Amino acid sequence: MSKLKLATVWLDGCSGCHMSFLDMDERLIALAEFVDVVYSPIVDTKVFPDEVDIALVEGAVASVDDEKKIKKIRAHSKLLVAMGDCAVAGNVPSMRNPIGPEAILDRAYIENADVQQQIPCVVVPKLLRVVRPIHEFVKVDVFLPGCPPSADTFHAALTALVTGEPLDVPALTRFGA
Amino acid sequence: MSQTITIDPVTRLEGHGKITIHLNDQGEVENANFHVTQVRGFERFSEGRPFYEMPSLMARICGICPVSHLIASAKACEAIMSVRIPHTAAQLRRMLNLAQMVQSHALSFFYLSSPDLLLGMESDPQTRHIFGVVGAKPELGRAGIALRRFGQHIIELLGNKRIHPGWVVPGGVTEPLASAKRDEILGMIPEAYANIELALRWYKQIAETFAPEIEVFANFASLYMGLINEDESIEFTDGALRLIDARGEIVADGITAAQFPEVIGEAVEPYSYTKFAYYKPLGYPEGSYRVGPLARLNIAKSMGTPMADGELSLFKQLSDDGPVQSSFHYHYARLIDILYGIEKIEMILSDPLILDKHVRATAGVNRLEGAGHAEAPRGTLHHHYKVDENGLITWANLVIATGQNNNAMNKGVLQAAKHYVKNGKFTEGILNRVEAVVRTFDPCLSCSTHAFGQMPLAISLVSAEGEIVDQVIR
Repeated sequence: MSKLKLATVWLDGCSGCHMSFLDMDERLIALAEFVDVVYSPIVDTKVFPDEVDIALVEGAVASVDDEKKIKKIRAHSKLLVAMGDCAVAGNVPSMRNPIGPEAILDRAYIENADVQQQIPCVVVPKLLRVVRPIHEFVKVDVFLPGCPPSADTFHAALTALVTGEPLDVPALTRFGA
Repeated sequence: MSQTITIDPVTRLEGHGKITIHLNDQGEVENANFHVTQVRGFERFSEGRPFYEMPSLMARICGICPVSHLIASAKACEAIMSVRIPHTAAQLRRMLNLAQMVQSHALSFFYLSSPDLLLGMESDPQTRHIFGVVGAKPELGRAGIALRRFGQHIIELLGNKRIHPGWVVPGGVTEPLASAKRDEILGMIPEAYANIELALRWYKQIAETFAPEIEVFANFASLYMGLINEDESIEFTDGALRLIDARGEIVADGITAAQFPEVIGEAVEPYSYTKFAYYKPLGYPEGSYRVGPLARLNIAKSMGTPMADGELSLFKQLSDDGPVQSSFHYHYARLIDILYGIEKIEMILSDPLILDKHVRATAGVNRLEGAGHAEAPRGTLHHHYKVDENGLITWANLVIATGQNNNAMNKGVLQAAKHYVKNGKFTEGILNRVEAVVRTFDPCLSCSTHAFGQMPLAISLVSAEGEIVDQVIR
């Protein structure tokens, strides 16, 4: 049996879901018998591959680049998993929504800076007006809530997805877990 | 015809960044920038929230070093409450912070950088990752996984959760340490020593083969800053800040969290969402400095633990005169930090008061402003809040480690790019070396990448008018 292709992606999140994924510890080595991590912050692939079997996406959609990214991921992934509360519901990144990006940027780069006060605009992506969860942009196949979902949750969920066994998410995790 | 080489995303980094290298008409490197492409606005959206929510909210800045945010934030809140936390709470937090340092350093060294160090900077990118390391040298890969697990499991035992534990609160911690948990941690320590000793032995064997990289990986004079105790030993959780210059002379000393804003300023560059910290009396960018493992070991006169002290004296020999300057040596400094962390955790657990039940002070708002700092694994972290009489946040500012290394990372990327990219020619391995410079600093960026829909490795030929006249994509 050829190995399944797994991708992990960060959008607007804290990386805690990725850390919890790594918290599988030695179980990662066993997992690598069944899946190839073809795209992830921990490997050197620079381009999202054409065909991915399972994509785990952490974080909400906050910038124009996040939006492009999630659409590309969806187009090239058989199964898309919203990983953690930011991807599932917006969570902490969406706390800026009532305030708006201008006030956020002003506070950080004008008021709370001592010299060269300016809003960064070279190479860095423009922020969207509101931060939204990924299912508002693309179809999501599996929602895996938690801040972050535990390593045991990842292990059980990935085992089910790899073997095709039924996946009972509410038995594993919940929003805010 | 000028050109720009773009590396996007920079991989094996804690978060997503991007590097651009600008070449002149002759194909020589003129400039290079490291871009951080995310901003989330914690400084603004925390406004109006109760100050006692801040530690658990601010921890969500980062899933890699949430404990440093918990601690710096709780200390800022305690300044607002005007309380001194119980001794046992301070010791337990110190242990939590050290456990996090061990796990984060294990991530940086083994998961992110050891593929370059073991498999080679020019090795096949398809297998240049932690699974490749486990395949090529299983005992090294497994030692790294086990050291990260060691740190994370201590955090879980203390805080009931590996990532974003709710245990650290303004005033101390929510529950004391149970003796069964102390014994479990003590039982884990021998394996941790064996793993770090294996890593140190291996690193010392291979380090000299990287002499050419050591020469050009952000190898320059700078200021250094970090926390230190009164006896000049290294400190991660309490103590005060010291700044030294490139000759090792003390520039500023005993800087408390409250004094920090008088001494350290922040500048903005148009190409990054991460600000650039500098020492105010020298101005920007002359007052730029480095933080993190290299800085801490350059500043500290001792580690205060026997085995790490032995390593510190070897580390100091890397420079004939004054501080160790090449950022490549962050790797070695990181391993020494881990050894110190394990030794220190063992020492803290032998404190006769470690199981004491008094672990939390309570108070309301007794001051309308407060600041707190701690050493995150990658360098000094500063939180500063103002509140109203009801304890609602009216203003917040954070200075993170990566901002304090920002100037040095940019200079380091330029130094390596100038050395390796000649006549406009480069290979994947050369670009990986430029990325590896950033990896030595272990920057903690939150994510969000740029230009994802395009090929990430592209050279654009740009005319003097700024028009793209040709594009080479591979």
